[in-house]
Amino acid sequence: MTRGRTRPTTGVQLDVVAIVVGTGLAVTDTTRTTPERQRLLALCGRPQALADLASDLDLPIGVVRVLVGDLIDQGLLRIQPQPTSSTAHPDQRLLRRVLDDLRAL
Amino acid sequence: MTSAPYDPATDGPRVTLKILVAGGFGVGKTTLVGTVSEIRPLRTEEVLTDAGVGIDDLDGVEDKATTTVAMDFGRITFRDGVALYLFGTPGQKRFWFMWDELSLGAIGAVVLADTRRLNDSFASIDYFERRGTPFIVAVNCFDGARRYRLEEIRSALDVDVHVPVVLCDVRRRESAKEVLITLVEHSIRSGGTAAARGDSLPIG
Repeated sequence: MTRGRTRPTTGVQLDVVAIVVGTGLAVTDTTRTTPERQRLLALCGRPQALADLASDLDLPIGVVRVLVGDLIDQGLLRIQPQPTSSTAHPDQRLLRRVLDDLRAL
Repeated sequence: MTSAPYDPATDGPRVTLKILVAGGFGVGKTTLVGTVSEIRPLRTEEVLTDAGVGIDDLDGVEDKATTTVAMDFGRITFRDGVALYLFGTPGQKRFWFMWDELSLGAIGAVVLADTRRLNDSFASIDYFERRGTPFIVAVNCFDGARRYRLEEIRSALDVDVHVPVVLCDVRRRESAKEVLITLVEHSIRSGGTAAARGDSLPIG
């Protein structure tokens, strides 16, 4: 499925909660289409967190990261930017909002 | 974030945040995650050998020894596509490879502890202290377990005074919610300035 790779070849570091979404580009290279890739592309018709994709596809996170990395390289998926970088500590305003929302649960 | 009306059915998450739930086996991680969030199955790989560690290009390595590990995984979706993800991972050192990634950019961690097995919590506490990840200790009060005073537990765990230590019953939604609220409050204090360290903060 990943041809033995355990890390994506793409230079992009995909966080476990990175949001990815389809670019809308048509799939032209059908030789590399597998059921998993097709399902990934179908799910990414709307933005999805990497961990949600792994759960939906019932595949380990690392496998999904490799597959998503390939699809990004092929221009079929892209990372959706977030106000806070997923590797920096979340900003205070966002945290205060989460606090309010948690209290209201 | 754009100001367009958010439609959860079609828009998906816009902002994703992480909280780690660490603790020994049977301490209540799955219950905590399931009580406050929509819990779902999630697997990650565990590398069984040291072979290949540090090698970036693993293209063509077909026989790498890995096994999959189930994690506790939950999601709470808030207004406007803000999604909070909970990741429950075992506390043993061999699972730290997962924590390295999960703690990057995380709000922080909940170290779930059981007073009958406090030793199980030391590795987790040590990890988050060294990494500088904001964390709290939540002591799950099991039926039949002797009740200790918070100060006794804090002393036994030897955590800094600024680290919140709270009692909880993770089977109860309000209690589990309070654990997350305590962590987010602590993360806000920790994230602002390093001066938050050493301040006298309310416990629990």
